This record gives sequence, structure tokens and C-alpha cells, in this order.
Amino acid sequence: MTDLATLELELINAIGSAESVAALEEVRVAALGKSGSVSGLLKGMGALSPDERREQGPIINGLRDRVSSAIAARKAELEAAELDARLLAERVDLTLPARPRRKGGVHPTMQVMDEMVAVFAEMGFAVAEGPDIEDDFHNFTALNFPPKHPAREMHDTFFLKPDPETGERKVLRTHTSPVQVRTMMSQKPPIRIIAPGRTFRKDSDATHTPMFHQIEGLVIDRDINMGHLKTTLQTFIARFFELDEVQARFRPHHFPFTEPSAEMDIRCDRSGGKLVFNTGDDWLEILGCGMVHPNVLRNCGIDPDEYQGFAFGMGVDRLAMLKYGVPDLRPMFDADTRWLAHYGFSAFAAPNPASGLS
Amino acid sequence: MKFTLSWLKDHLETEADVHQIAEAMTMAGLEVEEVLDPAAKLAPFTVAKIISAERHPNADRLQVCQVETVDGLKEIVCGAPNARAGLTTIYAPIGAYVPGLGVTLVEKPVRGVVSNGMLCSASELELADESDGIQELPPEIPVGTPVAGLFGAEPVIDFEVTPNRPDWLGVAGIARDLAAASVGKLKHFDIAVVRGAFPSPISVRLEATEMCPVFAGRVIRGVKNGPSPAWLQKRLTAIGLRSINRLVDVTNLIAYDRARPLHVYDVAKLDGAEIVVRAGRAAEEAERLVALDGKTYAADPSVCVVADAGGARAIGLGGVMGGETTGCDDDTTDVFLESAWFDPIVTAQTGRVLGIHSDAQYRFARGVDPVSVTPGLELATRLILDLCGGEPSEIVFVGEPPANPEPFAFDPAYVKRLTGMDLADDRIGTILGQLGFLVQAAPSGQAEPWIVTPPSWRRDVEGRADLVEEVARIEGFDNLPDVALPLVAIPAGGVLNPRQARVRTARRALASLGYAEAVTWSFTKQSTAALFGGGDERLVLENPIAADLDCMRPSALPNLIQAAARNAARGFADAALFEIGPIYLGDGPKDQRTVIAGLVAPHAARHWGGAGEEPLFALKGDLIAVLEEIGAPVASLQLAQGQNRDWWHPGRSARLQLGPKNVMVEFGELHPRILKALDADGPMLAFEIVLDNVPEPRGQKAKGRGPADLSSLMPLTRDFAFVVEDAKPVGDLVRAAAGADKALIVDVRVFDIYRGKGVDDGFKSVALEVVIQPREATLAEAEIEALTAKVVAAVEKQGGKLRA
Repeated sequence: MTDLATLELELINAIGSAESVAALEEVRVAALGKSGSVSGLLKGMGALSPDERREQGPIINGLRDRVSSAIAARKAELEAAELDARLLAERVDLTLPARPRRKGGVHPTMQVMDEMVAVFAEMGFAVAEGPDIEDDFHNFTALNFPPKHPAREMHDTFFLKPDPETGERKVLRTHTSPVQVRTMMSQKPPIRIIAPGRTFRKDSDATHTPMFHQIEGLVIDRDINMGHLKTTLQTFIARFFELDEVQARFRPHHFPFTEPSAEMDIRCDRSGGKLVFNTGDDWLEILGCGMVHPNVLRNCGIDPDEYQGFAFGMGVDRLAMLKYGVPDLRPMFDADTRWLAHYGFSAFAAPNPASGLS
Repeated sequence: MKFTLSWLKDHLETEADVHQIAEAMTMAGLEVEEVLDPAAKLAPFTVAKIISAERHPNADRLQVCQVETVDGLKEIVCGAPNARAGLTTIYAPIGAYVPGLGVTLVEKPVRGVVSNGMLCSASELELADESDGIQELPPEIPVGTPVAGLFGAEPVIDFEVTPNRPDWLGVAGIARDLAAASVGKLKHFDIAVVRGAFPSPISVRLEATEMCPVFAGRVIRGVKNGPSPAWLQKRLTAIGLRSINRLVDVTNLIAYDRARPLHVYDVAKLDGAEIVVRAGRAAEEAERLVALDGKTYAADPSVCVVADAGGARAIGLGGVMGGETTGCDDDTTDVFLESAWFDPIVTAQTGRVLGIHSDAQYRFARGVDPVSVTPGLELATRLILDLCGGEPSEIVFVGEPPANPEPFAFDPAYVKRLTGMDLADDRIGTILGQLGFLVQAAPSGQAEPWIVTPPSWRRDVEGRADLVEEVARIEGFDNLPDVALPLVAIPAGGVLNPRQARVRTARRALASLGYAEAVTWSFTKQSTAALFGGGDERLVLENPIAADLDCMRPSALPNLIQAAARNAARGFADAALFEIGPIYLGDGPKDQRTVIAGLVAPHAARHWGGAGEEPLFALKGDLIAVLEEIGAPVASLQLAQGQNRDWWHPGRSARLQLGPKNVMVEFGELHPRILKALDADGPMLAFEIVLDNVPEPRGQKAKGRGPADLSSLMPLTRDFAFVVEDAKPVGDLVRAAAGADKALIVDVRVFDIYRGKGVDDGFKSVALEVVIQPREATLAEAEIEALTAKVVAAVEKQGGKLRA
């Protein structure tokens, strides 16, 4: 019996001192392989008498089982150690910077345009568009600007060179009102639209650029009066600036295309170098508006005895500046990547009623 | 338009202060731009007397003065040479803001002596443009007298006159509106007729009645001209006018008081006894006139000319400015006083064409009250007689004033219909009456119960909406009711049309892909436009804001290229910009297109991990992503290379099209020649999608997606390598492979391109991975082999040879 005990001791020692999975495998083959020492003992049992076998069997099987599990345990140990070693070798320095990604953004004017469209959409306004290059009729005459009237001069119009054949001078639209004209001429009341787009005036200084953006609105129906205008615009401005309400005043003004005409101001305080709404003694002009002039309706084929309504217009770039604290107008159109990164909006800031306008 | 409070009070009885008046004006439509209150800034300053003045111990030019002030005896350091004992002057205490210097006084030593205030000059108080030393005041003025009162500085209101209201260009007209707005009571003046003592020795002939339909005048002889009295000078200078002499000042006074321009001619300087009003001569006869502003103007036939010498010599631009030759000066003894009516459009045009502006031109261009011709003349005569003496002739009155505004029918209920404001008819009638409208009952049986006649000075009023505006603005827009718009059904699919919705999607898609949105001008330089296929004369501006912005752009790319170049010049060369905006192919309403343009100036910073994706293919990937987002038919797009227009790199650009006639996109690298012409460093990569050419997806109305085809069978892949001529587009091989079995092959990937050892010169090896998705059952080996053979056959048709 000492032979078996010695063999077991030798095998257990060999298993314990195997330093790699491969060395352990050699030990396993030497013990449990086809011609292994333990396998030999098991084979030798066939030559034993039934009595010897009854005695020796459990002893040899016990030896085999203990050796097998010792090998399995050692194998697990060695594999874990090898994995640890490999993972240690795979270490990377994660303080290294990732490849930088370009960060894009939405221009503040366009963000604000989207915001305005969203607010007006909730009020049932559709979005109408028209060409930037207009004729005199749509930009002026239909809008009740008498020919050669000084009011035309106020617009600092850009003209294209006269057509060599007809002599007609096209203009760059000075407002998006020609879209109102085109809408009224092509569509029957009730009308409820906004007209966003590029507009052009020959003006360039700290607060004017030769191109800018407007959103105009038009509501025509049988019984639309100035009270509707007031409430619509107050609601819009409050929603746009994300205020619960807005302290506004309407001040008489003159536009050829509306009668009565008004400008809307918001109460504000600018004393601290910062614009705060609904407080203070100052007023900030926000937009122009009025009841559509009967001549304009008539020029567009709408009977002013049957239909009436209001129109309004505002500068989108300027309102973007006011809402988001953009100090200067000119960089709006300069495409300075640093400016765009600072004042631009995330692609995912699409205005919606659930999470807000921006 | 500026006026002073005291001037207004000549026409309006009121207790209101200047700020109340300004507020009332603004709320009645006379938008006040500024209330200048010189008294406010003079408030800290008082009269003081220098008791003694001694040389500063440490400075030759300074004196240390003991000054009797409102605050007691003060030691003040003064640098003015005229500071001397006994002088009465102006004292500013510590803490006062000195407007002319723009500083607030603080107590600090001047060369070792503390100055307890300051002695001031007129210019330091902005009472004069320049001063020679501190102000010297009469010695009898007591110490402590406020300086504001001494200089008669009174508040001035400056407001915006809208072009429809020329009557606000006279203080009397402003007073009328303020009286209607309940700020005070309007004072009425009767203008006395001044009887002429003799027939006018000067006659008038009108040759251009369309320019000047009526002209009146009279001679006043034996006048004594000279500097105006102090009250008149003060009144004019307070609103920024220059006092010239009595005769001229009277005309300016009435222009601002009554919105009635006048002119005075020195009779002695007239050639002949007849004034002729006519059009300017044709260009070849070149008529030149030196006007009172000293400048020479050429009067063409669009300009109204006043002439003497039987009509031969121009002596004035009618309604605009008189000529230097016949102006009145201190030696004038006989004067011809003109009161006429010049056509607004003609006068406006003269101002524009000649670049000449004057108070008269401004008023006539907007429309002067034609009924004021004679009263204006009488009022001026009275003033001239009072100031200069003399003897007036009878009035010479030629022509016919334009007709007064026509009466029209009006229903006061229209006020409520248009504004929602509920006003009694009486109130409406009162407001209109106060504004000078004549309101009469219409003959019974008329639908509209009133007949309203606008006053002669309200030529802007032509219908009922105008009357509603008058009533509403005087009643005040604060009284407008709050009425919500009726609710309307919002279109179930949103308010944007598909094109508008696509613009919105493209914007957010590009921003998320790392492009910064720019908004650039719709114009560019004509020569630049020409580089991009534009520059047509029809798209050139007649009056550009700058020479390099004179043409409507045919592409958004030149602006983006220049923007990237500007960024590079600032030290930020790596740029990815996009713009969604218009391009202009012609000047017609249908010639405008919307483009989605992107530009990359690839200057990515070096990275430890090596170079990233090839920028050109990164751009192509971005482009495809955007096209997919906007629902373009990406799968059916053909890519055509070598046909791009000539601002693209001929070998590194392509276009995407549905067919040769429907090109949607050009993209690739921009031509170095173009970049050089725009002063931009390359390379730059770009794309320009013409949104109008991208067809809208069909069947979008049904929101349902159809069943998803999610096979439970594993897809398998097979790799192939084909050798083809180097010039052969890989895209052809990919398409051929994919087309070999459209049911089973779901993707073909290019995973290697190899040139070199083992591949003949002029050829390349293209490695394709074909993804096969079994549909009904796992494919048997024979089926896979058959499919493989089909792929090989299809690619071999394209000239590819399976690599052994």
C-alpha cells in the first residue's frame, strides 16, 4: 500500500508545482493518460481476483478521483493567473485623448426662426414662402405704396439692373410682405399664415445689415379686429420669450399697408447693462403691426367690405439677439467658427412644446 | 423734428410738463426719440464770485482762488488765465458731472493744493462750442443763482415725423393733435390780412403748373434787415437752426411754426420784373445754379426752377433752395416774399436726384397744406413789418391750388368693427372734429350715416380706415380689447410643407454631423458669381452696398469658401460649415432654388492615433446621411464622375443624379484654381444639394411601415477578389455583384483595394465581401456555389477577373 500512497504524494506534488497549463497537462498525461501511472493501476485491476478487486477497486478509483480534481483545481488556478497576466499586459493609458469630433450647431437666427414657427404653428398659422427677387408690384404697389412716395425711400431698396428689353427694375424684397400679397392673390380667406425669410435693405451700420430675416404674419377673415391682433401678439411674444405674460404697449405708427398701424413695445429695464423684461420704465420696440389697409385687400382681389384682418412683421435676427444676448448684429453673417460655436444651438434643441423652445 | 416747450405753449394751453407731453405724443403716434433737457445737466452749477486769486505755490499757470459760492467760501484751483479777484463766474461743486469734460468732480489735490470744486467755462457746460477761459458773468448776478435759468436753456423734444403727416412739421400741427389727445387746449390765431399799399412791381408766370400749380408773393419795400432780435434767435438756435438775418429767420420760423416754407428774394438783385417758374433745361443746355448752401447744382427737366431775366436765369430750385445771387443780406431794402406750393413727388425727386435737402424740400416732398399759401404769406408779411419795417405791396397770386380732399361717407360703427373698441358716436365725432375733420350727417336713407371731409392739411386721409386710425390713436391703443383668435383645426400632419420640413431636418442632421450652420449674404461679387456659373447681368445690383457684393449668388459655395478662408486667416483653418439658403438662377419668381451646401476645410489637428477617416470619403458619408435623412431616393441615385462643372476638381468630384437631366448634388474637392481666385488655401471639400431637385418620397401619406423582414436564418458572407483595370470604377463591380441575385444578396462591401506585386501594372485587385441572407431555408452548399458563380459571372461582365 505504501506504493499507492507514495504515488499519490508524488502526483499531488507534481500538480502543485506545475507552473503552466502546459506543464500541468504533462502531469495529467503521465498520471491519467493512456499509459499513465494511475491508468496503469486501473488497467491492472482486470487481472485481480474478485476479492482483491473488491478491496483494491475503491482505493485505486479514490486515487484517480483525487488526482483528477487536484488537476482541475490547479488548472483553474493557473488559468486565472494567466488571464490576470494577459489583462495586465493589455493595459492602455486612458488619459490619452479620444479623437476630437467636430461639434456642429444651428445658427441662432435659424433656431429662433424654428422657435417662432413652432409657436405660431400651435396657433394654427401655416408657413408661406416667396421669392427674394420681387417686382415693384408685389413689394410696393400692391402694398399701397404710392409711386415715388417718400415711404418707398424709407426702405432703402436694392434694385437689380433694368431689364434690357422691358426696362423693368426688379427689387430685392425689402420685407416679406410680398408673400402676403402672393398668398392673398392665390388663396381665399380665411387666411392665417406666417411668412419667414430673407429680406434686404441698403443699409449697413452697427445695427443694420444689407440682408436680414423677417417673419411676417397675416390673418384675414370676416370679423378679425385689432383686439385679436393685440392678444395674438402678446401671446406670441410671451411664448417666444418664455415668459408667463408680457407687459406690452401698442403705439400708433404709420405703415402704408396697414391702417390703423401700430408698433408693439415691451416694458423693460436696461439700466444694469442687461435687458430685463416686464420691469422698469423703458420700452423696447419689438415689432410693427396693424389692420390690413383696405387698398391692399382690394389690390389682392379681396373685398374689404367682406373681409378684414391684421398683419405684423418682426426682425428675426434682432429678436434672436434680444432673447439670447447676442451683442452685435454683424457677426451673425460672418461665419466665424468661434462665434458659431458660442452662439449656436445643439442639433437636438429642436423647439417643441414638451421640453421648451431651446 | 425738434421744438421747444415754450414754442409749443404758443399754440397749446397746457399745464403738462415736458415728459408728460412726450409720453402723450408717443402714445398718439408722434414717436418721441429724445427729450433734451439742458436744464437737467446744468442743475449742479451755480453762480460764484472770486474773492481772491493767487499764484499756485507749485505751478506757474495755476491760481488758487478763494471763491464765494452757494456752499460758502471755497478754495478752488483754476488754470484759466482770466480767473481774477472780483470775477463773477460759474461754480461746480465736488460730485458734479461736467458734461463738456465727461467727468465727475472728485476732491483731489492739484499739485499739492486741494481744489474744492471747479470754476467752469461755457464749453465745459456745453453752452458753447469753444471758450476762452472761464465764463465771465455780469457782476450784478447774485452768488448761488442757478446757471440753468441764466442761459435760457429749455427742454427740446425731438420726434419722428411719419411720412403721412407733413402737418407735424409745424408746431401748430403738433399742438392740434395734443389738444385732441386732451393734453391741453388749442390756441387759435386769426391771421390778419395786411393791406397792400401798391401793386406788386414783380409779376409771376407759371410755365410748369404740374410742378408748381400755385405761386403767391408780394414786395415789401424799405425794409431794414439785420440780426434778428434775441427772442427769435433763441427760438431758432434752441432747435439747432442757425440765425441768418431777420428776413430769412422769419421764413424759417414760419416753416417750423406752420409747416409752411417761404422764400425771400432781394428785389435789387433780380433781373427784370418777372419771376418765371418752369422746368429745368434739357441736359445739353446744362443749367447750373449756385444755391444758398454755396454748392452748384445742375437742374434738368425733372427739377422745378424759379427764374428771372424773362425766364433765362435760374435763381432758385422751386420748393428746395434759393440761389446765392438773389439772396437777402443786411443791405437788402426791397424784398420779394414767396409763398407757393410745389408738387411733392417733383420735390422729393429733386432732393434725391441732386442730393439736396432743406427744410423746405423736406416739407414740400411730404406735402404742404395748399390752403396755407395766402395765410403763410400774410403771417410772414406781418412779422417782417414788425421786425424790419417797410411797406407791403398787394399780393400777386397766380395759378390754382390743388383741390382739397374729397368728402366721403363714414359709418362710426366701423370703429368698433376694425378695432373692437366700443366708443360712443359723440366721442368719435369729437375726436374727428378736434383734428380738423368736418363731420356732417349724411342725407337720410344712406347706409353710412356720416359725411366726413378731411382738412386741407390731411391729404393722407382717403377712406374710412384712415378715420378709424385717427379715432383709435387719439382714444389710445391701451383701450384695445383682448380678443383671442378663434381656434382653428391645426393640420394633422403639421403646418410645414414637405420641403419646409426637409429643410428643418437637414439643418439638424448636418449640425449633428459636426457642421456649424452659417448664414451668409445672398450676394457675392459678379466676377465670383461668374466662376460658379452665374454673374448674369440680370442678377447684378444697380446699387450694391459694396462693390464686392454686387451680384445675386448662383451658389452658396463661394460665400462658404470665403468664410472658411476668413476663419483660416484668424488662425482657425479647420472648418466644417453649412448653409441652407437660396441661390438665384434668374430674376423670375421661379428662378430661385434652395440649396443645402456643406464645406469642409480639412485641417484636423494631429492625433496620437494617426490620421482618421479620409476627409473626402467622410464628406461623402455625411452627404449620404443627410440625403437619407431628408428621404432622398439614395438607393436609386447614380453617381457620375468627370461631369461636374468647372469649379470642382476634375478627378476628385462627382455628382449624384436620377438621370443626366436630374442632377441633385455635386460634391467633392473644389478646384484649386477657384480657391486661388477666392484667395483661399486648399484643399476644400464641399457638397451642394439642390433641394428642389430632390423628389419627395412617394406614398408618404400612409404612415404605416409594412411588415419588417426579420429572417431567423443567419446571414453568411463570401469573399471575392477581382482584378480589373485601374480606371474601372469599383462602384460598377459592387453594383454588378449586388445585382447577381437581388433576393439573396443584401449587401456588398469593399474591404480591400490592392495594387502591386501579383497584380499587373494598370490593374487593381478589389476585394468584395458579399452578404447573403437566406430567405426560406438554410442554403445548401450547392446553392451557395451557384450563387457564387452568379456573382463571379456578373462581375466578369464588367471586366473583373476572379483572382486565383
